[in-house]
Amino acid sequence: MHQYILKRLLLMIPTLFGVAVLIFLLLRVLPGDIVELKYAGTGSYAPKEALARERAQLGLDQPIWKQFITWIVGIPRLDFGTSMWTGRPITHEIAIRLELSIELAVMATFVAVLISVPLGTLAAVKQDSWVDYFVRIFSIAGLSIPSFWLGIVIILTFIIYFRWMPPLTFTPFWVDPKANLSQLIWPALAVGYRYSAVATRMTRSAVLEVLREDYIRTARAKGLWERAVVFRHALKNALLPVITVIGLEFAFLVGGLVVTEQVFNLNGIGKLFVEAISQRDYTMVQSLVLLTSFVFIFVNFLVDLINAYLDPRIRYR
Amino acid sequence: MARSGAKTSTLPVVSRLDWWLEASSRFTRQRPLGAVGAAIIGIMIAAAVLAGLVSPYDPLATDYGKMLQAPNSFHWFGTDIFGRDVFTRIIYGSRTALWIGFASSFLGATLGALIGVTSAYFGGKIDLVLQRFMDLLLSFPLVILALVVVSLLGSGMTNVIFAITVPMVPRCALVVRSSALALREMPFVEAARALGFGPLHIIVRHMMPNVMAPYLIMLTAFLGQAILLEASLSFLGLGVTEPQAAWGLMLRGAAVEFAERAPWMAIYPGLAISLSVFAFNLFGDSLRDALDPKLRLP
Repeated sequence: MHQYILKRLLLMIPTLFGVAVLIFLLLRVLPGDIVELKYAGTGSYAPKEALARERAQLGLDQPIWKQFITWIVGIPRLDFGTSMWTGRPITHEIAIRLELSIELAVMATFVAVLISVPLGTLAAVKQDSWVDYFVRIFSIAGLSIPSFWLGIVIILTFIIYFRWMPPLTFTPFWVDPKANLSQLIWPALAVGYRYSAVATRMTRSAVLEVLREDYIRTARAKGLWERAVVFRHALKNALLPVITVIGLEFAFLVGGLVVTEQVFNLNGIGKLFVEAISQRDYTMVQSLVLLTSFVFIFVNFLVDLINAYLDPRIRYR
Repeated sequence: MARSGAKTSTLPVVSRLDWWLEASSRFTRQRPLGAVGAAIIGIMIAAAVLAGLVSPYDPLATDYGKMLQAPNSFHWFGTDIFGRDVFTRIIYGSRTALWIGFASSFLGATLGALIGVTSAYFGGKIDLVLQRFMDLLLSFPLVILALVVVSLLGSGMTNVIFAITVPMVPRCALVVRSSALALREMPFVEAARALGFGPLHIIVRHMMPNVMAPYLIMLTAFLGQAILLEASLSFLGLGVTEPQAAWGLMLRGAAVEFAERAPWMAIYPGLAISLSVFAFNLFGDSLRDALDPKLRLP
């Protein structure tokens, strides 16, 4: 097991290095950079020398490979360089927003699991009944409704019917847990609904598959309570693919956060990312892409670990 | 679909039209939900093609005398901050959504299928290199990859199509490759090789037609996602640009700021997105069940 973990961890390094090279090159092949954008914003004529001076300050006059090395060497020390737009260290910019986004992601995952596992199991047990049809339509709807629009609708409902506005500033959990949760539960619901849809469908098909197994017939034949058959025998064995899909869908969660943070005016990583992209803040974009890819790969690694822990057969493959 | 037509040739000769009618009525009977999806898609396509005839106003005509009007008998879905008719803009928006949806899923699925089949046909080093590269692309979350591509190319229709295509390619390549791996060992591929046909001919003429099922499944699965992604990009201001009518764009800015005074601006475009993606998902799901129930999509 230890060897398996170590192997998987080491395999992450070349992938992340590939991501870093790819994103770094992509951001630099195309014309137009932050310096031009900054001066374009002021509307005044910018002399060539001023542009060159600014570029030199940001290190943009160096050859690409040199820029890349400066960036990559800092990463193991958690130094991602400085933001080209604000001039502050990127690690700092990310750190002050990370808590919010992580909390939102965790809450959305909770919402998704709490919706999907019971609904998916119910639909599978009552296959082809109206309950099944309802759950299937509910989950396809979850895949279809954009999370940002769901967010807008939620806010609208609150404003019109309850005269409640989402607070403008973020309250950390340890300052006031109640205020914090009541602020984040709605964006978590908006993102979590979409997230739950895929997991519901997976739970349904996995439970259906398991219910056809011989040991389920045996369990029923020995007169076991139906509830015990479903929960202890079927659901437990059906959870593996569900956990896998939750890991895979984490990528969509990240995407959901990017748009939902805009709607709820939450100053998280997603908002930072969109800002960095519209400002052509290369160092910020490349660092955030690397970070999200790392989180994505790491979550899938964790999922594999959980699967290997739950199902010893996987370890020996 | 010539291949499927060929299968029925042992039966009394059936014309292609009859075959299609028969197949679609069977699909409707066996998968009513999928048929509902197909019907909504049909209506959308009709609305998009006939937008000029169906819609009562000009989608770009501003009228400051009629700003933010609530839905009434002249403006069924109300008007926006520039006095433009929301209903008209939703009809025209279906053009944008469908064009971007079809173009990017077609490009993404086709490129992905070509890469998947090529990778399976050659195997060895080519397969390894292509697969590593696809894995690399897969380790970017979908929206992030699309956003990066848009940020590189700038916003606008063509660039949005390209941005949505890129994240779709590796997903399709993965699925198609696993179907094509079995094909490589098939006698007809060997026969084609023995007849002296080159790899290009074998890949395009002999292997591609045989991965049609996963290809079509991926294509329809992408359609809904592509429309959703376009809406997200436009909503973030990184997709289609004003004054073009696009559903995601209609939800941006004023729709949120004036949501309290003019909720119709925020409600209807979102409903249009949800309904169309819902239709594509219903149809895609049923199509997958009909063509290959065992296929698991990533």
